[in-house]
Amino acid sequence: MIEGLPALYIFMLSAFTGYEVISRVPVILHTPLMSGSNFVHGIVLVGAMIVMGQAEGVLELSIGFIAVAMAAGNAVGGYVATVRMLEMFQHKPKPSAGQEGAQ
Amino acid sequence: MGISIVIDAVYFVTAAVFIIGLKQMSSPVTAHRGIVWAGIAMVVASLATFGAPDIKLDIGSINLQLMLVAIILGSAVAYITAKRVAMTDMPQMIAMYNGMGGGAAAAIAAVELVKLSAGAEGHGLTVQVLAVLGAVIGAISFSGSAVAFAKLQGIMKKTMRLPMHQIMNIGLFLAVCVFGYLVATGHPVSFNHVIIFFILALVLGVMVTLPIGGADMPVVISLFNALTGLAVAFEGFVLNNAAMIIAGTVVGSSGTLLTQLMAKAMNRPISNVLFSSFGSDGGAAAEEEIEGSMKEIQANDAAIMMAYAQKVIIVPGYGMAVAQAQHKLKELEDLLEARGVDVKYAIHPVAGRMPGHMNVLLAEAGVDYDNILDLEEVNPEFPTADVALVIGANDVVNPVARSNPESPIYGMPILDADKAQNVIVIKRGKGAGFSGIENHLFYADNTRMLYGDGQKAVSELIAGVKQL
Repeated sequence: MIEGLPALYIFMLSAFTGYEVISRVPVILHTPLMSGSNFVHGIVLVGAMIVMGQAEGVLELSIGFIAVAMAAGNAVGGYVATVRMLEMFQHKPKPSAGQEGAQ
Repeated sequence: MGISIVIDAVYFVTAAVFIIGLKQMSSPVTAHRGIVWAGIAMVVASLATFGAPDIKLDIGSINLQLMLVAIILGSAVAYITAKRVAMTDMPQMIAMYNGMGGGAAAAIAAVELVKLSAGAEGHGLTVQVLAVLGAVIGAISFSGSAVAFAKLQGIMKKTMRLPMHQIMNIGLFLAVCVFGYLVATGHPVSFNHVIIFFILALVLGVMVTLPIGGADMPVVISLFNALTGLAVAFEGFVLNNAAMIIAGTVVGSSGTLLTQLMAKAMNRPISNVLFSSFGSDGGAAAEEEIEGSMKEIQANDAAIMMAYAQKVIIVPGYGMAVAQAQHKLKELEDLLEARGVDVKYAIHPVAGRMPGHMNVLLAEAGVDYDNILDLEEVNPEFPTADVALVIGANDVVNPVARSNPESPIYGMPILDADKAQNVIVIKRGKGAGFSGIENHLFYADNTRMLYGDGQKAVSELIAGVKQL
């Protein structure tokens, strides 16, 4: 069980971690990074699945269904969008290569 | 007991891999690897959840069947849309997927609260409060992101302002607080209160987003992204799930930082973005007399000017992206470079729709990212440039941001394109920019206007350079 003070510690340390991880990102990666962090909170899928597994009755099952479907959409959409954007930064000459210009 | 330790271990590793993945995404070299790792972790964590001990997922149970249908349905829709969407439309898709995450977090809270209202045993006041907080934030993120999507997609009018909008929002916010309090402290929770609470929170998300103009949308999307992370973290506390807590909090804080960076780049404090709309008031009053007139140039003359230049700086804006001119622009760059012209791209922090969006579009066209300079790097270079080619950009090169304190965009950092020897502006028509503010650059003595669709105009420039 995570509760009380340890929960607060986890919250605080995670918050600082998130801040540190992002703080040195070049502007060119801002949009892919936003998309990437959008994917990361797709972990809500795990929670949606747990709730769905515990659902009883039509109402709970319906809301659970919506939760799982939306969470899956968040995860998959976030992943595909991020990968598509990042693929464009691959296979490029190294920053020191200089005068290569046209391919 | 045994299985739950394995699953907890999986969640632990997942959280760690997410953080490492985000770190790797902060460099172009390792970014792709970072998202792939995070993706693998997500799949493993989801698969492990099927074995979680406190849920009943017997083969053939209705819960399992519906869950599988939901996963397949949600994944398929998201996969197809994400694969098909054009790069220019990426920002609104991010908004949509983010809204889904917020909605999912709110729905998780809804199930928990419905259970409580049906007389289920609670986990104490703290958990109930966290569930409610996550529900509010998730619901606002969901409906707000939906509005953001509709606006950027052009389904909805750009800005909408009801009479006494601000006062209504405050009233709504207070109502959400009251019902949130009733639900959080309910003992037992009233089902009707839960319903009213969710409706109010969803409406609040819509109302907050409605008056925000398209130019501010990236900041808002980024903010909702951070909020969804926070909502996920709160629901993680409710479900006692460490992966959700850590991943959600990390996104919450990094998203907040990203939002601040964007708002700073636009010189728009976040409070201004949320509580006032761009150019809605004072726009006309601040307008001063513009001296001079717009001077037109033909594509051939512009091509000659560029072909015999030493240095050309291209300033692309959202209009370039809409016209899908980035590939043509790359072709023009290659031709000019073959003639020995030094070609650079100047990217304003908010060019495109989000910071970095324009870089993605240029990278798509094959532009070397060493030639792409950001605002601080490029501004000292404009005075030495023979030609600044402004294509589809407007407000980010408007010198009134430096000179006129009355202007709504005063103080926004701009690209000093006007300091180049010659400025060529490719523009569809004679209208004002996104913010509705007249651009003094277009009337400057050293500026020539090349009217036409971005892609067509650049094609004409290419043809012009080839003839020489």
